[in-house]
Amino acid sequence: MMRRGWFLPIVAALGFVFLYAPIVSLVVFSFNENRLVTVWSGFSLRWYTALFSDPQILGAAWLSLQIAFVAASIATVLGTLCAIALVRFKRFRGRTALTGMVSAPLVMPDVITGLSLLLLFVAMEAAFGWPAGRGMLTIILAHSTFCMAYVTVVVRSRLSDLDLSLEEAAQDLGAGPVRVFFDITLPIIAPALVSGWLLGFTLSLDDLVIASFVSGPGSSTLPMVIFSKVRLGVSPDVNALATIIIGIVAVGVVAATLIGRRRPASSS
Amino acid sequence: MKKPQTAADTRPWRDPGAKPFVRIRNVTKKFGDVFAVDDVSLDIFKGELFCLLGGSGSGKSTLLRMLAGFEDPTSGSIEIDGQDMASVPPYRRPVNMMFQSYALFPHMSVEANIAYGLKRDHLPKAEIADRVAELLRLVKLEPYGKRKPHQLSGGQRQRVALARALAKRPKLLLLDEPLGALDKKLREETQFELVKIQETLGVTFIVVTHDQEEAMSLATRIGVMREGAIAMIGEPTDVYEFPNSRFVAGFIGSVNMFEGVVVEDEPDHVRIRSTEAGCDIYVNHGVDCAPDQVLWFAIRPEKISLSRERPEGDANIAKGMVEDIAYLGDMSVYQVMLDSGKRIRVTKANALRGDPDAISWDEEVYAHWGGNAGSVLTS
Amino acid sequence: MSETATSASPWRPWRFLSRRLNAIGLTGKGLVILAPTLWLVVFFLVPLVIVGQISLSLMAYGQPPYEPLLTFGADGTVQLTLHLSNFLFLLSDSLYINAYLSSLRVAFVSTVIALLIGYPMAYYIARAPEKYRHLLLMLVILPFWTSFLLRVYAWIGFLRGNGVINNFLMWTGLIDAPITMLQTDFAVYVGIVYTYLPFMILPLYTSLVKLDGTLLEASADLGAKPLRTFLSVTLPLSMPGIIAGSMLVFIPAIGEYVIPALLGGPDTLMIGRVLWDEFFSNRDWPVASAVAVAMLIVVVVPIMLMQRAQDAVVERR
Repeated sequence: MMRRGWFLPIVAALGFVFLYAPIVSLVVFSFNENRLVTVWSGFSLRWYTALFSDPQILGAAWLSLQIAFVAASIATVLGTLCAIALVRFKRFRGRTALTGMVSAPLVMPDVITGLSLLLLFVAMEAAFGWPAGRGMLTIILAHSTFCMAYVTVVVRSRLSDLDLSLEEAAQDLGAGPVRVFFDITLPIIAPALVSGWLLGFTLSLDDLVIASFVSGPGSSTLPMVIFSKVRLGVSPDVNALATIIIGIVAVGVVAATLIGRRRPASSS
Repeated sequence: MKKPQTAADTRPWRDPGAKPFVRIRNVTKKFGDVFAVDDVSLDIFKGELFCLLGGSGSGKSTLLRMLAGFEDPTSGSIEIDGQDMASVPPYRRPVNMMFQSYALFPHMSVEANIAYGLKRDHLPKAEIADRVAELLRLVKLEPYGKRKPHQLSGGQRQRVALARALAKRPKLLLLDEPLGALDKKLREETQFELVKIQETLGVTFIVVTHDQEEAMSLATRIGVMREGAIAMIGEPTDVYEFPNSRFVAGFIGSVNMFEGVVVEDEPDHVRIRSTEAGCDIYVNHGVDCAPDQVLWFAIRPEKISLSRERPEGDANIAKGMVEDIAYLGDMSVYQVMLDSGKRIRVTKANALRGDPDAISWDEEVYAHWGGNAGSVLTS
Repeated sequence: MSETATSASPWRPWRFLSRRLNAIGLTGKGLVILAPTLWLVVFFLVPLVIVGQISLSLMAYGQPPYEPLLTFGADGTVQLTLHLSNFLFLLSDSLYINAYLSSLRVAFVSTVIALLIGYPMAYYIARAPEKYRHLLLMLVILPFWTSFLLRVYAWIGFLRGNGVINNFLMWTGLIDAPITMLQTDFAVYVGIVYTYLPFMILPLYTSLVKLDGTLLEASADLGAKPLRTFLSVTLPLSMPGIIAGSMLVFIPAIGEYVIPALLGGPDTLMIGRVLWDEFFSNRDWPVASAVAVAMLIVVVVPIMLMQRAQDAVVERR
């Protein structure tokens, strides 16, 4: 084995400082009394108070949560179906096309996705009168589409690891295909569905560009509100918001890790 | 270990009028251009423990999967208990399977695994509970009903898989390498149990295995498969003592093979001249062959004797030198280099402890055998 | 399955449903394939076709603000009008060419920096004792779950004239006056590397952790010095990770909008930003579409090149 030098630990330590310093400073200065975000003048919760009395931010947050919830759920259903189609059905017409279409959104620049979907919604409205105007519905449709690509990736890898003979065994014991799916396949791939859903939820909650294209008047999502605020300069209530989000994520990830550790690795 | 095979009625395959339970007729399975199973016809009778024996890629697993319904034959027909299985999906067949990987549902307890098939039949709860308890008793896993599969040892999992496959009291049980994942000692113990359970329940078993010892000790009959086709079907003794081809002779156990030409072809004996053996080979029964035909004489290592002095006779005596001796405890394996340049294997039971008179390295010896010790093979 | 199969047969909604669907010619398999395919055709494929179509149209005042390609004459004829003028416009105005080139440059430089930082980190994590590996890996992934926008925003507070870095440097006495970092290309590089570093580390880690430790021992045993071992064993074997990581940084960086908008200066040209401005400020949908089409071409080429390189590496193994 190679000699353990000083180089790697130092680079790794600096790398982690690079990753976390901005986040830490964000949190620290959210408790700063001063309006000038980076000049410390004393501990205060005033930006949290300001945050919770800002109807614009609260409204946008509520809208974003609803959109993320619905979009992640649609994406999980569609992405799971897509993963099943790609893993279980080796040969069908249009398989290559489906593979391409479902992985393309992963590398498609957001601006193109946003622009193209907006143009679609405009054309659809002109042709069928649906969706009438743009707002929550169009954002949900757009987010479902790109989140679906991520769900497909996650579920697909879990599904292709699944021992096919488990499904065969259930069939052998008298379960029809639908029964097999709900009794065997679904419970076993459920963790992947949960991670896929969480991933979709996070991505939807985080998206600025696509939502900006396809949203309409009066339906500004949280990232859109944050963006318009920080574009004008630092804004301490955004720090407070960031701290809350970071707190939720940290608690969530730690909880998920603890639960994952307590549950013994499932054997297949 | 084998069932007593004395009464004629326990061996229905010897009775031409008996009605087979599983009837496989000219079944072929192609994957793309590859023939996985090539025109196989096979009858299996009620209560049999039939072993499909073959190397990997011999088509034995594909044949089993066609019986279970996971693959459709490209052509040919499969009948189980008089019913044609074409287009009957796996979940409607009177057949259950024990998988090589066991395929235990990881998210269900042992009890739930065993009960799964019974629930699919919508049996009353109480009956399911009774049946599960009975099966747990049968495979000696009563205390483990509430455990999840990953909390069991390999041998315990194997027994759960067996119990689950037996739960629905199938008329036919298919077992794919049932002992393959167990270590050697456990495998030997489990073999006995498997045969005992099969005899108690009277279920017909079809076992796929690549392990010839396993096949020999389990089976009522063995079907040796090679390249998608059946090379030989027979009782274990037939397959071992009377192989029908060089492949079967070499696949099961070890064998010494001498190529030769028929020089005397009489109804009651044949004489084969073999330069490989360095002597004539005399066989005391007639063989269906043409004069001057090239054929092979196969003889098992334990059927050859070694002696320092030349025995009487003008055939079945080959001179050579002991090159190597492997001492295995119960017996010793001698590697003898014949004067013809061919190496043969001879085994000898170690009947005495530390026999001072045992044949040793570099000794000149005569290898000899009786007139019905080996088989004459034409292919 | 057994003799009981024909007994009690309660109401089975699934069987009922599947019979109904089979009756109209749909099997379960067909449904599973059809639902996601239809969705993607409507919300992915058709939109791209529309973008292509509008990029060949002319801007108009009205709703929608472009002219239709197909016009129906009074005598029942259909006329198809295609305008290449939008693309000619992109070629004639140096703004667009420069934006494309500068996007490629920014994406490339950021990828290289991310690789230089990410490789040693991934290597360190992959060689760390097993019980710490998961913790370290989680620390790499954790920022990804927090808002991307807020993480970019954090850098504004860091890089500003009176931001954390300048304050710190002035406090140590290394500099007398604040350095201008925000609204420069430097800030854009920092932002991109920072945002996409986890995407570089993860595939690198995956390929490095699979690397068999005995290979390194074998190389050392055969007399190779550590550097030699690294160059002739570790580096080639981690090539798939390097390619995958670079692809995951390079491709999204090309089309990035938020980072240059927040951290870059007015002269930081990136194609995503140009498209955004063309659409939201100039409201010129046809030119925005043409920019999108051109951008797709720019993105598709590196994707295919890298995909091919990766296939080649995979085949060689």
